[in-house]
Amino acid sequence: MKKRQHIVRTLQKNWIRDWQLLVLCLLPIIYYIVFHYLPMYGVQIAFKNYVAALGITGSPWVGFRQFERFFNSYQFWPLIRNTLSLSISQLIFGFPIPILLAIMLNQLKQYRFKKFVQTVTYCPHFISIIVLTGMLYIFLSPRSGLVNIILKALGKDSIFFLGDPSWFRPVFVLSGIWQNAGWNAIIYIAALASISPDLYEAAKIDGASKFQIVRHIDIPGIIPTAVMMFILEIGKIMNIGFQKAYLMQNGLNISASEIIPTYIYKIGLIDAQFSYSAAIGLFNNVINILLLVSVNRIAQRTSEHSLW
Amino acid sequence: MKSIFNRNADTIFDIVNISLLVLVTFLVLYPLYFIVIASFSEPDAINTGKVFLFPVGFNTTGYSRIFAEPSIWTAYKNTILYTTFGTCINIILTMSFAYPLSRKEFFARKFLTFFMMFTMYFSGGLIPTYLLMRSLGLYNTPYVMVLLPALNVFNVIIAKTNIKNSIPEELFEAASIDGCSHFTFFFKVVFPLSQTIIAVLVLYYGVAHWNEFMNGLIYLRDESLYPLQLVLRGILIQNQAAADMMGDVESFLEQQRAAELIKYGLIIVSTLPVLLIYPFLQKYFAKGVMMGSVKG
Repeated sequence: MKKRQHIVRTLQKNWIRDWQLLVLCLLPIIYYIVFHYLPMYGVQIAFKNYVAALGITGSPWVGFRQFERFFNSYQFWPLIRNTLSLSISQLIFGFPIPILLAIMLNQLKQYRFKKFVQTVTYCPHFISIIVLTGMLYIFLSPRSGLVNIILKALGKDSIFFLGDPSWFRPVFVLSGIWQNAGWNAIIYIAALASISPDLYEAAKIDGASKFQIVRHIDIPGIIPTAVMMFILEIGKIMNIGFQKAYLMQNGLNISASEIIPTYIYKIGLIDAQFSYSAAIGLFNNVINILLLVSVNRIAQRTSEHSLW
Repeated sequence: MKSIFNRNADTIFDIVNISLLVLVTFLVLYPLYFIVIASFSEPDAINTGKVFLFPVGFNTTGYSRIFAEPSIWTAYKNTILYTTFGTCINIILTMSFAYPLSRKEFFARKFLTFFMMFTMYFSGGLIPTYLLMRSLGLYNTPYVMVLLPALNVFNVIIAKTNIKNSIPEELFEAASIDGCSHFTFFFKVVFPLSQTIIAVLVLYYGVAHWNEFMNGLIYLRDESLYPLQLVLRGILIQNQAAADMMGDVESFLEQQRAAELIKYGLIIVSTLPVLLIYPFLQKYFAKGVMMGSVKG
């Protein structure tokens, strides 16, 4: 009884003290409820057979039938394979480049040149995905694209990059690096800047070469940041850019370019199989969370760096 | 002291490092530069690979056709509207959420942080959101373009961290002794002192609105509501609208030539606003990333 009174009193006190803060939060709270939590209520259609006339609540339950259908469909393994190979190749090739770039920039003593390189390499980050894909079509065009003109000048055959499934992943990953490596390097540049200058002083007195400084001071100094970024990347592994894959997709490269997010879009909004699409989406989301939680746990065990 | 061996190693390191960075800069810059010179060049010269460092000929057909096309201007106007109104909503919501979350004593702080972060990891997904937009009557209206992306978790965290670090704890304590409420403090102190972070937010949100095409693709049906990026997609990637834009040109060959120039020109016209403001505000852009990297 006494305890309850105490809680009530604390709440009253908090309320009197903080009600204005709560009022400030009101619109954001409404936003999250309406645009993020209400759709979660709609996730139940993954376990139903959605009929528009009956609505979300009225449609009949079918249990895990939509999921079984997906697991048994002939599309299942190709989709998983395409999605994983695309995001894993992006991780393997895309992840180290910003770190390398940051280390290289950090060793640069020419201030102006450094600023210039930074300005240039951040720039593509602000180009829209449509323009980026449009540029790919222009530069990789088999007839008039610059890349093929160079190939022909070197005496090679021209390659139809965007119509060839085996070129889909390299083009996707390389254009991603072109667009984002500079921007993703910022966080490592910040990490390098926060390394204590004493370490560099000591290394200089000991006569360490630049390469040794990179090897023994720079790299250990950015490992915590790199681990954190790596965890975040793993969390996105099944959620890899729908937009670029969708825009680069065409009938010729579909065998490599159909990934889970593009499939969800097509099944859901073009074929209007709402329940089936929602089930695939939920499956994808759950895998993502499992990945994120387990990688975070591993990182916690093996080192002290983690997200939470 | 450095040995001679290490001094030589350093020279080699510097040479390799600088040449690699020159190469990187060239690889990033050249495609952008090429689009600019190609947009003024003769299409035949581009197709045969004669355009490398300077424009060949001087041809403004691409631009004149772009400027004569009403659907592009409608889309441009739509994007400007979505960007302006969308960013205003973003700033108001983000700041008014970030301030309470930055107050250590706020009793609901932990819960609300979780409430927000949870949406980053779990979401209803495409179809449930789509069905909700339909039942709310937002489908195929301009409101969906400004309301759906009204808050971004990452940006709220940046703003919260910044307010916490830049406005000293004692300031509110001193003000509250003088009878200053949270409202007054927020509007009279936090807002005016947060100009840098607001600049960062305006740029992040603004660029995101400018480049947005997914929401348009999913939630808009009327072409008169399309944002610029969706119209660009038709021309750059699906090759469709370009043919409509030159009914008066006779031969097929002429059409193809003009279509190429229209593509180059459109890339410039649509990206120019972002790329023009970018060099001046670069320091703010980068600052945002640093702020986000501070944990807590």
